[in-house]
This record gives sequence, structure tokens and C-alpha cells, in this order.
Amino acid sequence: MAILSKDEAQAILKKVLSFSTANECEATLTGEIGGNVRSARNAISTAGAVENVQLIVESRFGKRSGTATCNEFDDATLRRCVQRAEEIAKLAPESPEYMPLLGAQQYLDGSKAFAQNTANITPDYRAQQTAASLQLCEKRKLSSAGFLVDSTNFVAKRNSKGLEAYQAGTNLEYSVTVRTPDGTGSGYATADYNDISKFDAGRLTQIAADKASGSMNAKAIEPGKYTVILEPAALVANTDASLLQALMSAMDARSADEGRSFLSKKGGGNKKGEKLFDERVTIYSDPTNADIPDRIFANDGRPQKKVTWIEKGVVKNLYTSRFWAQKAGIPDIPPPGGWIMEGGTQSVQDMIKGTAKGILVTRLWYIRPVDPQTLLYTGLTRDGTFYIENGKIKHPVKNFRFNESPIIMLNNLEAIGKPQRVGGNMVPPLKIRDFTFTSLSDAV
Amino acid sequence: MKRREFVGLTSLAAGALFLPSFPGFGGSPVDPERLLEGVDPALKKRLADAALNAAKSAGASYADVRIGRYLNQSIFTREKQVQNIASGESFGAGVRVLANGTWGFAATNTVTEAGLAKAAQLAVSIAKANSKVQKDKVNLAPQKGYGEVSWKTPIVQNAFEVPIAQKVELMLAANAKALDNGASFVNSALFQINEQKYFASTDGSYIDQDVHRIWPTIGVTAVDRSTGKFRTREGLSAPMGLGYEYMTPKAADKIAGPSGTGLIGYKNSYDILEDAALAAQQAKGKLTAKSVTPGKYDIVLDPNHLGLTIHESIGHATELDRVLGYEANYAGTSFATLEWKKQNKPYGSKLVNIIADKTQPGSLGAVGYDDEGVKTKQWDIIKDGMLVDYQKIRDQAAIVGQNESDGCCYAQSWQDVQFQRMANISLKPGTQKMSVDDMIKNVDKGIYIAGRGSFSIDQQRYNFQFGGTVYYAIEKGKIAGMLEDVAYQANTQEFWNSCAAICDESDYRLFGSFFDGKGQPPQVSAVSHGSATTRFNGVNIINTARKIG
Repeated sequence: MAILSKDEAQAILKKVLSFSTANECEATLTGEIGGNVRSARNAISTAGAVENVQLIVESRFGKRSGTATCNEFDDATLRRCVQRAEEIAKLAPESPEYMPLLGAQQYLDGSKAFAQNTANITPDYRAQQTAASLQLCEKRKLSSAGFLVDSTNFVAKRNSKGLEAYQAGTNLEYSVTVRTPDGTGSGYATADYNDISKFDAGRLTQIAADKASGSMNAKAIEPGKYTVILEPAALVANTDASLLQALMSAMDARSADEGRSFLSKKGGGNKKGEKLFDERVTIYSDPTNADIPDRIFANDGRPQKKVTWIEKGVVKNLYTSRFWAQKAGIPDIPPPGGWIMEGGTQSVQDMIKGTAKGILVTRLWYIRPVDPQTLLYTGLTRDGTFYIENGKIKHPVKNFRFNESPIIMLNNLEAIGKPQRVGGNMVPPLKIRDFTFTSLSDAV
Repeated sequence: MKRREFVGLTSLAAGALFLPSFPGFGGSPVDPERLLEGVDPALKKRLADAALNAAKSAGASYADVRIGRYLNQSIFTREKQVQNIASGESFGAGVRVLANGTWGFAATNTVTEAGLAKAAQLAVSIAKANSKVQKDKVNLAPQKGYGEVSWKTPIVQNAFEVPIAQKVELMLAANAKALDNGASFVNSALFQINEQKYFASTDGSYIDQDVHRIWPTIGVTAVDRSTGKFRTREGLSAPMGLGYEYMTPKAADKIAGPSGTGLIGYKNSYDILEDAALAAQQAKGKLTAKSVTPGKYDIVLDPNHLGLTIHESIGHATELDRVLGYEANYAGTSFATLEWKKQNKPYGSKLVNIIADKTQPGSLGAVGYDDEGVKTKQWDIIKDGMLVDYQKIRDQAAIVGQNESDGCCYAQSWQDVQFQRMANISLKPGTQKMSVDDMIKNVDKGIYIAGRGSFSIDQQRYNFQFGGTVYYAIEKGKIAGMLEDVAYQANTQEFWNSCAAICDESDYRLFGSFFDGKGQPPQVSAVSHGSATTRFNGVNIINTARKIG
């Protein structure tokens, strides 16, 4: 029963609400079915399958609320789940930030987050894709470690104020690290999709394998400020923190207004409306985007619409909770799911051709905040770092530690390439001048 | 149990949606009246046998089953209000099998004999399918069966039995202390975990365990509106393998920091009110602290900071699965390969003695048996500065020429497959009497660092950069005021070889990591690191201040 249709899900939710005696009640159903295969040393190491459906009930009496969950769907269990939520609500302290549940909402139509061919994935399909990757590496006498994971899911909501929502989605992610047997070369590739028609583990492994072979016996060059070309996987990662995601996660109105954000203004207020980045920087979100079809409603039921966050370098919108929007008298915008950074038409290869001296970065790793005031982050390059001279890759270089802020980075923009999908976002490769590398790493 | 206690506990199920990082949501609901009583071991044995028999009938040469009920509760507050009480409970079983020499795994929340048998059969079919692409068969280290045994974290007070109102009251009182002492903002949280785990295997073990962990934490922010500057100071608690008794401070558990700092270290109990007040004062102090001049310094590291350095540069580097390449696509590999070990190069100075210990009382990683039924133990990792062993599980032992596991296999929930995770990894204290003030007395130009800060290390554990919570200049043997914008960069081997002095046992205490991530799909585990205050000479300090216009 993991994936319920809209009618099946709403039938359960209606029943749940019929058991409620609270002033307000909201019920949410989530379900997922999926599988994964992990490999290392050119062999499958683990494989698993998940299937689950969960109900969350939130009950409210005045400004008190309580939540309970269950994952069995007989009448007795549903009734008990509602009763438990109500008991907790009666015990909870009143919330000074209470907001009434939302009523009926208008949601966008046209998100293609669900793809039937992804939902049809079988264990054989996973094994075939993984085998293609392993065989390629065996043939080239390289060692691969990879991870393939897919899921089909749905979310359905309904509340006593008339809100009703449903959406199904699918997703597949694949990543692979290929290493040379002598341990001196490593390469990486990753991709994710709603619709798997374009997925090819062998093609991605080929990219990682080429990088591994090409990165053997890297030379050390002095740390310092360099022009860098950051590939999309270096800007946004689905396995770690990342520089651009850190920027998007900091676009919160409340922390800016409270004085604890890079968007806080000296003397009070926030920097919305100010030009903080290069004028070529435009970032927006749109759940109906064909490349990254996304959820049309937020966790609290608010509709997700097209929102421009940064336009031509100017901060245009900040996201906020409903409470803070009301208190501060600002637009009520939920945080985005995936987002799109506008780019150009150049490929990474085109960008390399146009670079006199620089460093190509495949992936960044262990990215952690150093100073929230300046959004300064540290981390390291990994799995393919190359020196560029006169428009060509001259030789691999040893990995670096960086200390850099996405704010500074997006003011030192030299060029923007063609966006690619990474971690549910559309991200262009970026060419950045004066990117700060502070030390060398011997790690491969 | 009284009715009111039941009702309080019903919130254990609340808010799972809001805390996705907690493992194991999605299990069958359990009547709250039964949550603290545990499932009857006789019933669990019957269920486990159903899984093991089904696995054997389907062709498994080995099988184990973990039946688990996982409870967690988190209380989040800010200033004068509760933000959220996020709790969950999850009940289910995971079956792991070896068939045709290949692993297979399946999990179910249908905890019936039929449900577990079905999961076992699925696990065998997955193993057989995957065996077609396998080159080498899994070689398990032998393990005797223990029969029916049990183990429990030696807690005094179960945190789940403490009324939520009492816990909320303490968190809000801590917030009030911070606000009274000049904080602009304060957030606090209390995490509590109870893993009720039952393990059985075809080796003949039936192991019932009840594991508890707790972590109170506080974050204080001071804002200077006129300059637009803000600074934070985190609490100096450690997550522990203890019950709610950790929240009742005892004078004997307090260890004074260096003279001139006012800092207090906490051993087996934590005074959150005292720490909140000091956190507010120090967050304000950081607004006007002197920005560090970069260069080489002798650094003196408090155990609440050093634990994370041990974790990243020794703990992860000596996990055998990383050494062999199983984490290459995610968390990375290790410089400390089998070949590197053969070269007999020093990992650290002769003062450096590192032990792994899954039995240490109060530690996060303490259990009686690991998640593949191996009795836990203590063993040497680094002896007199030399790497002598790794952390390993049953299918890795033969690779390093050993015939037994170290007992450090763990899964974050019943629905995740178990794999090698870090044991408690600790630095032995010095053998000669030395207080922190004694140590600082001999430092001419140095920096004292306490508390966890920004931390980052490369994928083979060479190059790292760590910051802390608070920094103090040391000049001519004395603390000389707060510093800011401090981080140290080093190479693991150079750093540990620069270890010059370690305080004695009286300064020893545990630091911990509550949500240490690894694996694909990613799983978290909790682990402690013990040490006394330690000095490292000639470490590279950078200044992290930047301008953003």
C-alpha cells in the first residue's frame, strides 16, 4: 500500500478527521517505496529495499497543539492516533507563535514530479545499471565505488479548515567514485532525475573513470588565490553541505531581521532590495520547471509558486514562517525545494578553452561553516582537480583546502556556464576569480 | 505506571515529521502504556527463530535478526518558549543473511512470525541475486553463540520517565539564565534516545539490550546592533550514555578550566544553568575580543574540543572499512592503509596512546554486544605513538590476519543494515601529575581552545582545519584575554607528533558526537572520545575574519 492514489489517500484522511474532537485538526499521509544498491572495490557490498506509509495527525485546542503518528490503517489505530494527538495538545504549553491552520489553497498545476518509468524500476534494473558501472571499471583496471538509490513517493494533506493537497513524485540518484589501483588518481560523477529515461550509469562512470585516469600523480602547486572553474557538483552536493545551498539556506527573513545573518543590516532590518552579488546572478524557484519538477506545496500546506530570490545580483525575496511574516508585515513565502540559477550556454569544456590560467574543480568536500557573519565556509577539493593553462588542462594538481564565502564568490564571477541538474537543483558551472585556497592536502 | 505518566509519554510519538534526521521512523505504533516495559524476550525469541529458520530453509548459510523498538524525544526551546517537542517511536525487525557467500538484507515493520519469515526469504533472494556479480565470498570470523543474555546501560533515571514539563522547565530556566546575563538570543535542546534491541543469530545468540543516551545543548547569541556584529557560544556539555541523572549537577563532576577564563568542564553530570550564564557572558566577550594574529602557536586543547580532533583524525582514519575502500564514494578512504602501517612510521609522539573501548561506562558507544552479536571489549589502536590496530567487524577480520571481530558493528535502526562504526576512541591521560594551570605555566606564546567549533578534514584524513567555541591567548605562562577568528590547520601525522604534554587522570573527561554520519544510505551513530587537556607545539593558526562589503 506504499503508494496511494489521491482518492485513496484522501479517503483515509477524511476518516481521520471524522474522529477528531479538536478545534482544529490536520492530517498528513506520506508514503515511499524504493530500493538501493551500494558497491565498492568493483563488487556489490549491500543492497536493500524500503516500503513505508506514515500518518501524522496534528490536533489543536486554542493555542495548544499536539502531534501523533502511526502506520497502521485500521479504524481502531486511526482513532487511537487522533486521541493521542488530542491528549498531547491538551498537555502542551500555549504557543505564543500560534497561527491558525490554513484553509483551502490554490496549488499550481503541471508539475511533472512523478514519472511512471521511474516508478517501474525493478531490482534487475538496479543490478544491470550497477553491473554496467562495475564492468567498465574492471575493463579499464580501475576500482569503482558507487551508490544507486530510487524512490516513488507521495504526500497527501487534509485539514478541518478545508485544505486538501496531494502529490506523487519519483526520484533516482546515482553517484560513483573511480580510483586508480595505485591510489594516485580519483574521479567522480553524479546525477539525479525524476524521469530515468536519460539515466545511464555507464556513461557517468566513464566520466569518473576518465577523471581518475587523468588525475594520477598530481603535482603540488602553492595555495593562494586562483581563478577556478567549479563544476556543478562542486557548487551543490547531494552528499554534503555546499556553498550555493548554504547561501540559499541563509535567505531567511527572521534571522536577518534579528541581526544574526549575513543579510542583517547594521542598526537593524535586513538587506532585501540591496545588490549584494554580480549582476549576472539570478536565482529563482519554480515547482513546474521541466528539469526539476518539484513539490507544489510546502510542509505546512502553503502553495509553492515561482519565486525570484536574487535577480541581477539584487536580493528580491526572503522566505519566512507564517508567524514572522505576520509579525513583520512581510510577504508570506515558504522556503523553496529545488532552485534554478540562471546561466549561459557554455559547457565546462568551453569555459576551460577560455581560461588562460586556472584550476578546474570536480567536487568539494567536508564543507563546514567558519563564520556565519560572513557566510565563510571551509572545505576541500576532491576527486579530480586540474591545472588549466592557455585553454587546456595541463596537469592534475594536489587537492586544496579552501576558505571562501559564497557571497564573495558571487561577486568575483568571471563566467557562467550551462546549468545542469544536481541534487534537485539547476546549477551552472561557474568561473570565479580570486578563490581562496589556504593549504594543500595530500589526500587523493 | 500512573495515568499522567502515560499521557506524558504519548508525545513520544509526536513530531516525527519535524525531525527527519532521527532514524527509524515508520515502525508500527506501540501502545504507549507498553513503551517503557519492553517487549517480552520470550516473544522476541519466538519471532527471531521464525526469521532464522525461514532464512536457513531458503538457503542461507548464516542469518541474524534484529528486533528493535527505538524511542527518541527532543525538546527544542528558544528564549521563553517551547519551539517543538519532537518525538518518535519505531518498532520493527531487520534480517541479514549470507547466501552463496553474499550478503542480503530486508526489513519489515510487520513484526509477526509470518512477517519476519517473509523478510528473511526476501533477504535470501536479494543475496542470491547479488551473488551473480560477486567475485569473492564473504569470510566471516567465527563467533560463538552466547545463548540468552542481556545488557543495559547503567542509568540511574530513565529520561523518558521524567515528565516533559520538568524537562521544559529546566530548558527554559537555562534560557532565562542566558538572557539575564546579556544574551540577545538563546536556543536550547534536549535529545534523548532509548534503543530496545534484540539480536539473534544462527550462531546461537539471543541478546536483549536496553541502551540509553542523552544530550542537552545550548546556543547563545550576542548581537551588537550598532556594528551589525553577532557572535555565538555553544554549551560545554557532552552527549553521554547516561540517563537523566546527567542533568543533576554534582560538585565533584566539575573541573575548573585555566585560571582567568572562568571555564568549567563537566564530567558525569552537567550544570546547564551555570553554563548558560557563562555562555552569555562569553558570547558578549567575543564581540570585542582581539582578532588573532596568524602564525605558529603552542595550543592547549580542552577535552571538550580535543574529542572532535581525535574523532576526525584518528577515529575515522582507523576504521577498517574506510582503509579498505568501502566508503570511497562517500566519507572517503584513509591515509593509514595496511601498507602505511607496515612502514612503521609514527602516527604521533611517544605520549600518544589511543584506545578503542566499547565498554567504557557513561560513553555513547557502550553496549554489551554489538549489532552482529559480538561481545564488546577494549583494545589498543595507537601505542606509544605507533599504529598497532584498526577497528573491524566480522567480515573484515581475516583481511588483516585476525580471527575475531572487535565488536563495533552498528545499525541506526531496525530498518537499516548494520556495518562497521566507530568505537569510543580515546587518548589516555598523562601518567604524571599535571593540572591545566601547570601546563599553561610552561607555554610562552600559545592559545587555549575549548568547545566544539567549525571542523573539516579531507577524505583521507590528512589535512584538517578546526575552530573552537572560545579561545584565550596565552602569554608567558598566563591566560591573557579572549581571542577571535581562530582556526588551526594541520596534517594529522604532524599534529599528533607535535603532542608535547597531557594532563593527568584528574582532568580526563568525555566528549561525544551524537549524530556521526557514514554510509550509503547514510546512517548516524553516537560515539564518545575521552581525553585530558593536551598541549601541541608549533601549530599553524589562521585568522578566519573576512569582509563581505
